[in-house]
Amino acid sequence: MATTTEPAIARSAKPGTEPLLTIRNVAKSFGKNPVLRDISLEIAEGEFLTILGESGSGKTTLLRIIAGFESANSGEILMEGERLDLLPPYRRRVNTVFQHYALFPHLTVEENVGYGLRVAKASKDEIATRVSEALAMVKMTAFASSKPAKISGGQQQRVALARALVNRPRLLLLDEPLSALDANLRRQMQVELKSLQREVGISFVFVTHDQEEAMVMSDRIALLRMGELEQVASPREIYSHPATAYTAQFIGHTNLLRGEIKAGIARCKSLSWRVGLPEGQALFSLRPENIRIVNSERAPDVNAVSFPGRIQHQAFHGATELLQIICDDQLALSVRTATRENWQGELRLEFLPSDAVLVRESPERG
Amino acid sequence: MELPMSDARSTSRWLPGHAVAVFTFLYLPIVTLIVYSFNGPGVGGFPPRNLTLDWYRMLFADDAIWESVLNSLTVAFAAMAISLTFGIPAALALDRANFPGKALFRRLVLLPLILPGIITGLSLSMLFHEANVKLSLLTIVLGHGTALISVATTEVFAGLQKLDRTQEEASLDLGANYWQTFWRVTIPNLRLSIIGAALLIFTLSMDEIAVSFFLIGRDNTLPLEIWGRLRRGITPEINAISTIIFVFSLVAIVSWYRLRMNAAKRGIAA
Amino acid sequence: MFSRAYRTAITLPPMLWVVVFLLVPYALLFCYSFWSVSPAQTIAHSWTLDNYRELLRVNVYLQTLFRSMWIAARVMIFSLLLGYPLAYYLSFHAGKRKDLFYQLVIIPLWVSYLVRAYAWKTILGSDGVLNTLLQYLHLTKHPLEFLLYSPFAVVLTLTHIYTPFAVLPIYAALEHIPRNLVEASHDLGAPPLQTFWRVILPLSIPGVLAGATFAFVLSLGDFLAPLLLGGPSGIMISNIVVSLFGAAYNWPLGAAISLCMLFLVVGLLFLSESVEKKWSFR
Repeated sequence: MATTTEPAIARSAKPGTEPLLTIRNVAKSFGKNPVLRDISLEIAEGEFLTILGESGSGKTTLLRIIAGFESANSGEILMEGERLDLLPPYRRRVNTVFQHYALFPHLTVEENVGYGLRVAKASKDEIATRVSEALAMVKMTAFASSKPAKISGGQQQRVALARALVNRPRLLLLDEPLSALDANLRRQMQVELKSLQREVGISFVFVTHDQEEAMVMSDRIALLRMGELEQVASPREIYSHPATAYTAQFIGHTNLLRGEIKAGIARCKSLSWRVGLPEGQALFSLRPENIRIVNSERAPDVNAVSFPGRIQHQAFHGATELLQIICDDQLALSVRTATRENWQGELRLEFLPSDAVLVRESPERG
Repeated sequence: MELPMSDARSTSRWLPGHAVAVFTFLYLPIVTLIVYSFNGPGVGGFPPRNLTLDWYRMLFADDAIWESVLNSLTVAFAAMAISLTFGIPAALALDRANFPGKALFRRLVLLPLILPGIITGLSLSMLFHEANVKLSLLTIVLGHGTALISVATTEVFAGLQKLDRTQEEASLDLGANYWQTFWRVTIPNLRLSIIGAALLIFTLSMDEIAVSFFLIGRDNTLPLEIWGRLRRGITPEINAISTIIFVFSLVAIVSWYRLRMNAAKRGIAA
Repeated sequence: MFSRAYRTAITLPPMLWVVVFLLVPYALLFCYSFWSVSPAQTIAHSWTLDNYRELLRVNVYLQTLFRSMWIAARVMIFSLLLGYPLAYYLSFHAGKRKDLFYQLVIIPLWVSYLVRAYAWKTILGSDGVLNTLLQYLHLTKHPLEFLLYSPFAVVLTLTHIYTPFAVLPIYAALEHIPRNLVEASHDLGAPPLQTFWRVILPLSIPGVLAGATFAFVLSLGDFLAPLLLGGPSGIMISNIVVSLFGAAYNWPLGAAISLCMLFLVVGLLFLSESVEKKWSFR
């Protein structure tokens, strides 16, 4: 089987500098059920890292291990050179924004935000100053004396954020904080969170199952599948050079072309193109937006692979149309194109060989 | 929720000890009774010796006790019927209907639960006195039934809270009217609450003394029969009958609990 | 959502029953407290305040009431002291055995009250299990007299009876506390003791109030335990009422005392409810 030579896991964001957090060979099982198998990852100062995965992938468990609510069965976690995993959660310089906010219902907003400072026995003045700073940062100053039951979900989320950040942790963990918000509010919060992170400058570890959200917000994405890291790279990198079939399909849409490479030519059903890869079975990822419809006004690209296809189905997606095409040998492809009137019948299509990215298989894991 | 290993503290070692101590305190009298029901010399004296079944034999030959048991059973079943007949609609009314005097009604229905039983008992005896009704098993039935309506209402009300309204709405949507929906959907879903209430009412009625005290005629219920004997002096028979009562109570509560657990496992509203 | 007929059917019968068998009797209680006993040992339906004057004049009534309240207060305190840690253990530490332990707490509630009170009598008596055990172990030479026929015995027995009543609402309240609040507190730097003090305890107050109210009110009105185990020094207010309806034959006076108890209990419930409302954060 042909393999890609690029390392899929960019373990460190800034090679050469000391990472803030080092996760080394962490594994966790619940009873007989392995949830995390051998996770190793580094998190740099000031970076926004997203742990992305489906439900059951282990992403929340990993977050909870970093926070201290679960302990790993094996492996270690180091923060700035010292063992973090040996400390209970109340002694780690790590704070969490919980999925359902977990605001204390019997305390007001400002009492909630000041909780960590009161526990640390900070002076009354210091608490007052820092709490009002934190509330201003999340724009919740007007609600300081309200109780959590009286404010909306989005507002609760901001308070949860302020409550975590006011303690100036080295690392902020966010467990799907936006999942309970509706779509528009969610988009707005994504932008706000990102700029907040830039402003505050501390590392954020963000957990989500939403790949679009991950791409919008992250410096790096760690894609987790069934307890193992599938790929760790920047959003652009992960999108244009997915390492595995799973990655290619999970992040964005793709066409998976299964074929064979012989004597420098890749052959998939009736399609063939030149590649500089060794012989063997191969799997290619071809994004729908990289397949273009040839029209008479433009000269066909000489390097492109050109082929005919018939439209089966057309779906309107607002900015684009997604076409289902059937080609020779019953090869089905998705093609994304800018909005136009209805396409009919036979079309001429083309793509560049460089857009067909070689990916590894994603085997089932036991 | 796990805590990291470095968190084993003295509090977590003290808590289980406290729990054991409290459970011992709760079960000590019961265990003592059971053990001493087999004790040769009868009540008191440590250690127990001469294990014997004599007291049980005496108990089974004791007609008066068995008569009172029969009376208690009759009263319990009758009280159950009354409490459920009036308690279930009361719960429904409190949950769904708005009517004048609702707040007062709610408080009145729940009052016998928290008020000392003797107050309910003696006010009912005043009623019977004024109405010239002679005290008998009937008056006891009326007393128990009234006092225990609150139990039925509370249990069924709790069950109604957990009831899935959309099931009733679906029934109406599919063409059934309110009565049909009531019998085909609402009641079956409340089955568990009703059974739980019935068990509880039965057990409470069998043990009831405070209300019965004022409403008793010629026929004794079991607790009052035991009570009468206690006044005259302790006999070890009492240990024996107490042990038997305990066993029955145990069976009742365990079955009630199993019912609830099974239903919860099958996802039925309890 | 409901038809007229349905609504009438579910409200009318219970209301009628409650009016006849609860409202009217309580009203009668009210009336009786203002009536009196004629020399012929019948109830005279003549209105008078004599009964209430009697209550205030003769010391024994107020004394007994205060003694009853003091006994009830001690039962309440001990029930909470025993019950809260147990409820906490069940909710936070019992794990898989939570259900089993919950059942173990409920079982004594279902066993006859009379039986349990009687059992304490056999344990605490001078020939009882405890005394003979202590002598057997040579810890004491003579039986300890204060164990039985004293307020001590009453408090002990009532605590035994009402501790489960305290455990259940506290346990329910603790179960209601979302566990992510505990995690959030740890996350923000509070170790377990501070987390208990700042988060768990405040949120469990409604359950504590309910348990305390049950224990206090039910103990206050108890007549069985004092009668079996209280002796002359352990008489409680309900015993007086019972004797007034029995041998002492003074129903009106008994009614007056009962009415006062009723108002006291209702007042306490009202107080407890309004405090609970302030502490409920939903």
